[in-house]
Amino acid sequence: MWLNILQGTIEQGLAFSLLALGVYLPFRILDFPDLTVEGSFPLGASVTAVLIINGVNPFLATLLAFFAGMLAGMLTGIINTKLKITGLLAGILTMTSLYSINLRIMGRSNIPLLRETTILTVIKSWGLPERYVSLIVFTLLVLVVKFLLDYFLATEIGMALRATGDSPIMIQSLGGNTDHLKILGLGLANGLVAFSGALTCQYQGFTDVGMGIGMIVIGLASVIIGEVVIRTSKIIFATLGVVIGSIIYRLAIAIALQLGFAPTDLKIVTALLVILALGAPTLRNFMIQDEFAERLMERSVPDAQIK
Amino acid sequence: MLRLNKLHKIFNYGKVNENHVLKDINLHVPKGDFITIIGSNGAGKSTLLNLVAGVFFPEAGTVEINGEEVTAWPVYKRAPLVGRVFQDPLQGTAAEMTIEENLSLAVKRGQTRGLKLGLNKERRTEFRRLLALLELGLENRLECPVKLLSGGQRQALTLLMATIGDPQLLLLDEYTAALDPKTAKQIIAITDRIVTQHHLTVLMVTHDLKQALAMGNRTIMMDRGEIILDLKGKEREQITVNDLLAKFAARSGRELTDDRILLNR
Repeated sequence: MWLNILQGTIEQGLAFSLLALGVYLPFRILDFPDLTVEGSFPLGASVTAVLIINGVNPFLATLLAFFAGMLAGMLTGIINTKLKITGLLAGILTMTSLYSINLRIMGRSNIPLLRETTILTVIKSWGLPERYVSLIVFTLLVLVVKFLLDYFLATEIGMALRATGDSPIMIQSLGGNTDHLKILGLGLANGLVAFSGALTCQYQGFTDVGMGIGMIVIGLASVIIGEVVIRTSKIIFATLGVVIGSIIYRLAIAIALQLGFAPTDLKIVTALLVILALGAPTLRNFMIQDEFAERLMERSVPDAQIK
Repeated sequence: MLRLNKLHKIFNYGKVNENHVLKDINLHVPKGDFITIIGSNGAGKSTLLNLVAGVFFPEAGTVEINGEEVTAWPVYKRAPLVGRVFQDPLQGTAAEMTIEENLSLAVKRGQTRGLKLGLNKERRTEFRRLLALLELGLENRLECPVKLLSGGQRQALTLLMATIGDPQLLLLDEYTAALDPKTAKQIIAITDRIVTQHHLTVLMVTHDLKQALAMGNRTIMMDRGEIILDLKGKEREQITVNDLLAKFAARSGRELTDDRILLNR
């Protein structure tokens, strides 16, 4: 029973780690707080679900979901760079539009996939042990995506992308078109997020139009946990940290549920976790200042007595 | 090499805070010229450099580099022609990336970037050779993140990056102002070496009048958006800092007021 819960948790963590990588890329590499994620995750799921129930090959459906997410991310990038609307708002605008678009794609708010052919049922039919299909498939997929992403970020374009977030003035002066690089980066990130949505809906057996709510915070929590677990400036370790962070996050949630938290309370637990982690350096500074002030006080007391 | 024709730059055109920063600037810079630019605060020196780099676009007039009109080209499009070093040492390099990664960005100056790896053995060997020329020991720290370097080291790296990939024109905007005097001297020596080696044409803004006369072969003085003095050849060789101040007072009808300039006398 425990082992089952653990395995399920890891599987979820792996499926969501692609979302976390899609959050890591804009937040940490591009320095762009991208909220498109909340719309591109259900976009990936709804595209996949509709294609699958209409008899399209599930692998092709998953791939098309990736491209749909990519388009959504690029749209945010275009709104931001060409129309000069701030990144945060650009993401919110795309995310909001995607809610309507996702409903249009699905035609209703929920599509069950329980008896449909998914990539998991297809691979199962190749003779893999039924119990471990999801675990094996997700592990392999995540590893492939992680290494492809690592490789991409070490290429000439990938490095220009990193420089766009790090020092835009510098990369422009070296001939990099930061507008295009941003659009590319956001497209790639949201492609990954939609991919994650595509896997999640096939894993859980349904797509719901509201499944994107809170995804940005879940992704951020995973990224931050990953950074705590693996402290590094090297991309290959950072992306590994994101994957591990996503799994640890799922474990923490599973434990919280076992402890009796209501599932509906988990979003606030996650939000508090992110606030705490992001606010930690500031809080620590406050504490150091207080401590220092106290020490100064202690020292000044005897001085005053001498006088 | 560089030709500025009837250049006007007006910020906030038509608004109450309208500011006519450059007024009818005409400047011809032959290949190989090293021009130092001096002037009071708000004279338009940095704006002039930014117009050449493509950060701003002029309200009127044209910018020509190498016979090509580039007036409407954004910064990234001018990159193959123009290298830049900024006043803030933090701006010219990517802090989170390593020295070798920063250099690999410069190698592809103005070229299409592809899906090839940015670093390979050949490039690393070349980077080591180039870094060794700086004589700062950076050739042994290729994998060091740039954020761990000092301001002077970062500025030297920026200078190297600004001249990799064969740009014709180098823009230096008070690039030693944030450094201590000793480091500034070092950076200037490196600049001289690189400029001579690559036969670069240079525009350098400075507040240090001594430096303005010591470096390069031509000095222009700006005031309130206009070029009020263009010194070269014999006349420039014989002039002193005090003469410069006197000339400024004579041409502009007031004293040259700039704390940094006065401190550098």
